[in-house]
Formats: sequence, structure tokens, C-alpha cells
Amino acid sequence: MTWAESLPLIFMGLLGLAMFIYVLLDGFDLGVGMLMQRATPDERNQMVGSIGPFWDANETWLVLGIGILLIAFPKANTIISTALYLPMMFMLVGLILRGVAFDFRVKARDHHQLWWNRAFIIGSAIASVTQGWMLGRYVTGFAEGTAFTLFALMIALAVPAVYGLLGSCWLIIKTEDELQAKAVEWAKWLWWPVVIGLVLISLATPWISPVVRERWFTLPNLIGLLPIPLATFGALAALRWTLTLPRVKQDLHWLPFVLLAFALLMGLFGLAYSLFPYVVIGKLTVWQAASSTAALEFILIGTCLAVPSILGYTAFAYWVFRGKVRDLTYG
Amino acid sequence: MDALLLSRLQFAANISFHILFPVITIALGWFLFWFRLQWVRTQKQWWLSAYRFWTKVFALTFALGVVSGITMSFQFGTNWPGFMERVGNIAGPLLGYEVLTAFFLEATFLGIMLFGHDRVSNKVHLFSAFMVAFGTTLSAFWILALNSWMQTPQGYTIDSQGVFHVQSWLQVIFNPSFPYRFLHMLTASFLTVAFLMAGLSAWQLLKGTADHATPRVLRTALTAAAILVPLQILIGDMHGLNTLKHQPAKIAAMEAVWETEKGAPLILFAWPDQAARENKAVVSIPHGASLILTHDLNGEIKGLNSFEHHPPVPPLFFGFRIMVGIGVLMLLMSWYGWWKMRKSGWDAHRLPRWLLWGLAGMTFSGWVATLAGWYVTEIGRQPWIVQGLIQVKDVVTTTPAAHIGLTLTLYLVLYSFLLLAYVSVLKYMAEHPSETKHNPARGSGEAIAIGADDSTPNQALLTRPDEPGRIIASGESK
Repeated sequence: MTWAESLPLIFMGLLGLAMFIYVLLDGFDLGVGMLMQRATPDERNQMVGSIGPFWDANETWLVLGIGILLIAFPKANTIISTALYLPMMFMLVGLILRGVAFDFRVKARDHHQLWWNRAFIIGSAIASVTQGWMLGRYVTGFAEGTAFTLFALMIALAVPAVYGLLGSCWLIIKTEDELQAKAVEWAKWLWWPVVIGLVLISLATPWISPVVRERWFTLPNLIGLLPIPLATFGALAALRWTLTLPRVKQDLHWLPFVLLAFALLMGLFGLAYSLFPYVVIGKLTVWQAASSTAALEFILIGTCLAVPSILGYTAFAYWVFRGKVRDLTYG
Repeated sequence: MDALLLSRLQFAANISFHILFPVITIALGWFLFWFRLQWVRTQKQWWLSAYRFWTKVFALTFALGVVSGITMSFQFGTNWPGFMERVGNIAGPLLGYEVLTAFFLEATFLGIMLFGHDRVSNKVHLFSAFMVAFGTTLSAFWILALNSWMQTPQGYTIDSQGVFHVQSWLQVIFNPSFPYRFLHMLTASFLTVAFLMAGLSAWQLLKGTADHATPRVLRTALTAAAILVPLQILIGDMHGLNTLKHQPAKIAAMEAVWETEKGAPLILFAWPDQAARENKAVVSIPHGASLILTHDLNGEIKGLNSFEHHPPVPPLFFGFRIMVGIGVLMLLMSWYGWWKMRKSGWDAHRLPRWLLWGLAGMTFSGWVATLAGWYVTEIGRQPWIVQGLIQVKDVVTTTPAAHIGLTLTLYLVLYSFLLLAYVSVLKYMAEHPSETKHNPARGSGEAIAIGADDSTPNQALLTRPDEPGRIIASGESK
């Protein structure tokens, strides 16, 4: 493979990385936002405190993701953003509501705060559901028909469940006592829709797409690929078991989040295998969609310098705010 | 309405809403860095109080900037898919560098700057404040490089399919209008913030909610404005000359010059009639436009009738006059206010009330001038999206007009509501500086009582709102 042919693959990898980090990071804060529906006012404050220093930067991974799509694969971006115009716009409305509510709720008059809390919860939910819907539409290559609509609906419900589970796992790490116990219960409850959703998607994808069916269910591919679904469901089973341990509220509080992150990473690998080399299934390959080599090279230099430092100072920020959530004070 | 007009309206609505917030955060980041630096150096509590209050404004403004900016990043693709397909090789990397070098920097260090003061050393905290300010400025650098390239493109080649390729990145980034536009925008940001600070401080003095930091903030703001307004006029003049050289049709529309003429008059007021291609109700200064634009009384200005394409005249003509008018008002107010404050021994409480009302009335004047200026420059590029090379109508989306209309309505409602909320929360914060909890995790009233057991006691509990100097009582950890 020549350098010019490898470049689009590198950017596809980067796009995957950005979207994975986005799902993981903004997933937990959108999840925490939705879970606020079930919390008392004081718990809500703790929950906001647990995501306060992070949400801005978490959302930036979405900008990087859409940026890479726009920059590296402009033709794919045209197809995708035309096909998903309405859900994209609704997602943005959700993200706007969520983001501004976070800041308004503490600066507004007391009797307005209830409304900003609602906006925060509803905004988080809109963003999660629309992202699920878009993922569902995307993996079917925007095919029309009842089966495809049902499939997208299913994913539109599965993604908020995944985000809710991520949020619960995050709260297990960041909180103590009652709220932490609540978070464990939420996680146990949300585990079911996540697993059911994943099973249904794993079955529906090959049923809907002949390309995917052929890739997964022919020998010897099936045997070689078996570790991916096995690892995914193994991690999820371990997650469920971990939640029953008393130690999950003590020294193992990090384990559920890590297991879930691992399961999602395996899910991403599975998805990537199903889609490759298409950037829009059945319509456009990564090479057909890619920008010129010169443009990709120019942006790659910056990426190689910037992404490690972004990861570095992101890690630094998470380290600064490590440990259980404390009061957030401006100062 | 067709998809083109709706797409333009939607993009204009979004970008107009968006720019209101970066134009504040770019300069406010540097003001905050300055306040914090002064506090670290002098340990005077008023600098910390000023920092605290304006940090809250910054956090809110930044959040609105982020969410409307994310919307923008999507609308490039949703509204103008052809733009990226044609010039993606140029616009893409510039946007990419903005995300990679600026967005992550500002967003990540913002968390530490806002909430990390008791978790990191003073040095690291100050460094974070610097990185946030630096990040916002760097972001402006990249996006203005791209915008300027669309106005004055160079350093590219076009292949047989009409796709643009880069020949020289230095030429693309440092295109002819970029230095002027960048400086003009940065100064606009500083002026917007200076008048926002002066205005809210004046409002606090009028309403009796000023604290020991208010006079300091007012003094800083008026000093900055008094220095920067004349500088901005100079930069604006140079920017105008640059535009005359590269986009003469834009200048002709700004000045409503229909026929090419030597010794063109400076039109102070008129009603440009685009259908009749003439001006009505003209008040003008003979030879004025030629003098300003060519620095020669009889210099030649090309008229609109000599261009095949030219932008619509009334928005440019009036937009330009609104911007300049506010600039003149800013000059008068900042100089007079500074002089008056100096004469009263920097005691803001002795300022005449009409001056305070005037400053309060100009709180958001920077917004109006910035928007007017951007309308001039952006509408002035029409009908082109890349000046002289690609027309807007050729890159618009194929999305059904009804979908765009629906989402446009949704955005307009949301934006109006958020703008109202933003302004009224600023007003509320200015009127209740002590009640505005500096603790975002304590969202509701009942939680304040719980705050009493904290090691950092809540200021609202310790002191009465009418008691000046209450910030000292709030038990700062540092």
C-alpha cells in the first residue's frame, strides 16, 4: 500500500479514536445528566460537580470527530450530513440546552433553577437519543424501510442506556455513601437494556446487511473473529458481577467503568470490521471520500504534534480533579 | 423561500449568535489573566473579587460560545456541503488546526482555571488562565485566517474538477486581508469587553450594589478603551484601504458610490435605492470619500455600476455607518469617562450619574458594532463564498427547504430565549454580586444551608449583602 493510500486509513483510525473517546467521555456526562432525573436536589449538585470541570473538553472530541469527517472525507460528510440533517440539528439543540443549563442553573434566580435543571436533563436526553438514531441510520447506510427504521429506533434507545450506564459507573468512582449506592443500583438496572440492545444489534446488523453477514458468518472468518463478541460480552458479564461486590463501593470503584470502556472498545472494533473499507456503507470507500494527499499530510503533521499533547493535558486535568467529588467553587 | 435563502438565513442566525460570545471571551480571558496576575503580585483583595465576578461571566459566556460553535462546525457541512468539497483541502486543515491547537487547549485548561484553584498551585492556576486566554486568541487566529482567505484568496491551484489545492500554506494563512482583519477583530473584542465591564460596573454604582472591586474594574475598562479606540480607528482605516485594493465592490457598496468618480464625496447619510441605482436624501462632505480611501482629494473610487457582481448596497451602507457611529461614541465616552474619573481621584462613586447611565447604556455597544462590522464584511463578499471564485448558490445543500425552515425557526426561538436569559442573568449577577453563588455545584436555594459545614464557608451566610468588603470575610483558602 502506498503512502497516499495509507493516509486515508490513518485518518479513519483517528476518526474512530476521536469518536470512541467522545462516546466514553461525553457519554458519561450525558448519562449523568439524564440520571439527574432520579436524584434529590443535593445529589444533583454532587452529580453536576462530578462532571463540571470536564464537560467542555469532553464535547470537543465531537468537534474533532466531525472536523476529521469534514476535513479528511468531505464527500462522505456531504452524504452523511444531508441524510442526517434533522437529527443532527436536534442533537445540536440538545447539546445547546445541556451546555448552557449547566452554567445558567447556578447563576439564575432560585426559582428559575428548577427550569434549568429540567433543561439540563432534557438536553442530555435529546442529545443521546438523536446520537443513537444517527448511529442506527449510519450503520445501515441510510437504507429506507420499516425494518431499518425499527433498527434505528432500537439503537436510539440503546445509546442513552449505554450513556446512562457510563454515567452510573462514573458516579461510582466519583461519589460516596448514598449517592454511590444509588449509582450501583442504577448501573444494575441499566445493564439489562444495554446488553439486550447489544445482542439485538449484533443480530440485526447481519440480518439487515448482506455485506456484514458475509463477513462475519463465513468460515474461517467466524472463528478468527469470535474473540471480539466473546470479549465484549465477557466484559459486560464481569461488569454485572462486579456490581454485586461490596468492594465496588471501596477500592474497586474504578472497575465497572474500565470494564464498560473495554466492552465499548470491542464493540467499536466489531463495527469497524463490519464497515471497512466503507466510510458510507455500500456507497463510498475511505479512498473515494478522502481529501488530497497534500491536505492530509499538512493536517497529519499537526495531528501528530497536537493529539499527544491534548491527551497529555486532558490526563492532567482529570488528575487534578481526581478522587471523590468535592464542592466546585469558582476562584 | 428557497433552500439557498433559508440556508443563508440559518447560517447567518447561527454565526451572529455565536460571535457574540467569542468576542467577549477572547479579550475577557486576557483581562482575567491580568486580574489574577495583579492579585498574585499585590495580594490586594479587590483584584481577586474582580477576578471572581468576571470569571463567572466568562464561564457562562464560554459555555454559550462552545455550544453555538459546535452548531457552526456542523452547519459548514449541513448548509454548505459543496464548500468543503471544493475548498476542503484549504478550509479543512485551517479548521482542523483550530480544533487541535485551540479548542482542546481552552476547554481543558478552563476546567482548572474555573474550579482548580484549591487543587493546584498559584503558578499552575495562573498558567491555566494564560492557556485559556491564549487558546481563545489562537482560535481567532485560525478562523480569521480562513475567513480572510475567503475574502482575499491566494496560494492555491484549481484542478480540472474545480477542486482547490494548496500551493503555499504561508500564502494561504497570511493572505492580504488577514493581518488587518485579525487585529481589527482582536481590538473589537477588547473594546466589547471594556464597555461590557464599564457598563456593568456603572450599573452596579447606579443600583448601589458596587463593591470594592467595582471602581478598579471601571478604571481598567475605561483605560483600556481610551487607549484602544483610537488604535481601532487606525486599524479600521488600514483595513478599509486593504479592502479597496482587493474587494473594491465592497467599498463602493459601503460608500454607496454608483458611478466611478474622482473626488467622491463622503456620504454621511443617504437612502441608497438599489432599484433606481441612486441615492436619495443625501448629506455629504465633498471629496471626503476620496480623501479617506485614497488619501487624495481627487482620488478615483470605482462605482458599483462598473462591476458585474456587487453586494447588496443598503445593508453595507448602513452597517458601516452603525459601526463607525458606535466607534465615535466609544471614543467620546471612554476619553471623557477616563478624564472625569481621573479628576475625581479615581473614586467611581463621584462620577456624575448621567455618565454612569451613558456607560450602562453602552454595555452591549460592542456587540452591535461587531455585528454591524461583520455584516459589512460578510454581506460585502456576496454573491461569492470565495471572492471571485465560487458563488454561494453553487455550494448550497440539497436538503428540502421545509426542513431548513423548521430548524431555522427552532434555532431562532432558542437563540432569542438564550440571549434574553444571558442578558438578564448578567443583570441579575451585577445587582446581586454576593448572592451569586460562586459554587456551581450548589444549584438550588436549599443547598446553601448545607454549605455552612464546608471549609470554604459560603459568603452569603457569613455576611450581609449590603456590607461592603464582604469578600474578605469569605475565608479564602489562599
